[in-house]
Amino acid sequence: MTADYAGLGGWTPEALGLAGEVLTVVSAPDPVLSRPGPEVDPKSDEVVRLAADLIATMRVSPGCVGLAAPQVGVSAQVFAVNVTGHPKAVTVHGVFALCNARVVEASRWKAGREGCMSVPDLTGDVKRASRLVVEGRLPGSGEPVRLVTDGFEARALQHEIDHCAGLLFLDRVAGAHAVYQRKVYL
Amino acid sequence: MAAGQNVRMNELAITVIGRDRPGIVADVAEALARLGANLTDSTMTRLRGHFAMTLICVGPAAADVEAALAPLAADGQLLATVRAVTPDGATESAGEPYVLAVHGADRMGIVAAMTRVLADAGGNVTDLSTRLTGSLYVVVAEVELPLGSSDEVAGRLARTAAELGVGVSLRPADTDLL
Repeated sequence: MTADYAGLGGWTPEALGLAGEVLTVVSAPDPVLSRPGPEVDPKSDEVVRLAADLIATMRVSPGCVGLAAPQVGVSAQVFAVNVTGHPKAVTVHGVFALCNARVVEASRWKAGREGCMSVPDLTGDVKRASRLVVEGRLPGSGEPVRLVTDGFEARALQHEIDHCAGLLFLDRVAGAHAVYQRKVYL
Repeated sequence: MAAGQNVRMNELAITVIGRDRPGIVADVAEALARLGANLTDSTMTRLRGHFAMTLICVGPAAADVEAALAPLAADGQLLATVRAVTPDGATESAGEPYVLAVHGADRMGIVAAMTRVLADAGGNVTDLSTRLTGSLYVVVAEVELPLGSSDEVAGRLARTAAELGVGVSLRPADTDLL
């Protein structure tokens, strides 16, 4: 088996071998969202099922570009991302899931507005690296991958890696006036 | 009017708060402009359907501003207060700027407990906002901390947050200039 350090090596969700179930997304202040998730065994049946469930749940959620295990109530370092078709995306790796992901290089920090399915009523201005290198393992095969990305996909990856570490975008907002209400109370 | 000329004039602290409707800012600003009041620093924002204005202006006497704002408050929908304050110029920065974020299940005393930790460490809150949405309570504060104190303050904040069952983060404020 050869590790593909240039990208996902043609990985698609079909490699998981199961369809996945749509799970309920939990909202803050659920404590699972503030708990750092443990590393996982990417080859375990449990993690393969979780990755498939995250992808299935992400796919049925309108506007969802990423979903991490804590958001479905599971404290673990697994997430799914798909920024395909997003107007702010530049580099796009399609639909994928990663386990035990780490940011290994980050540069060109830019502010941007973020929301989160687990914080449905608020958005916030967060500075993120727009050039990013992430290393992690693919669910199922457990192969190590090294993703080089930018722009919106880089932002999505940092947001999901934060979830796995028990952090929300609220933990990184730029200042006292950088949180915005989505609902209007009138 | 040049800023340097303001210091010897009347300085007034004004608050206006009431049920939000279109035109509150225009009504208040017009009343002040007619008196020749110069609006300096202000915040004006909607808080859960109420509109709150806090502003400093220079120029007229407090009694004149009170009289000018009285018609706006006559229907009981707006409450206005005017107070003469002593101009004391710009306050010096107390230390290093940080952003404190707290989020968790709403309960009594979150702001009190967290800001007490900051105050006991000599930290000065320069801006703070809170949001309650559903059962989620969010506090974001900008605070100046004494030089070299942030690690200890972060530790104390984490202990207090754990007692309250909320999450907390303390990060250096982004001070990059464009």
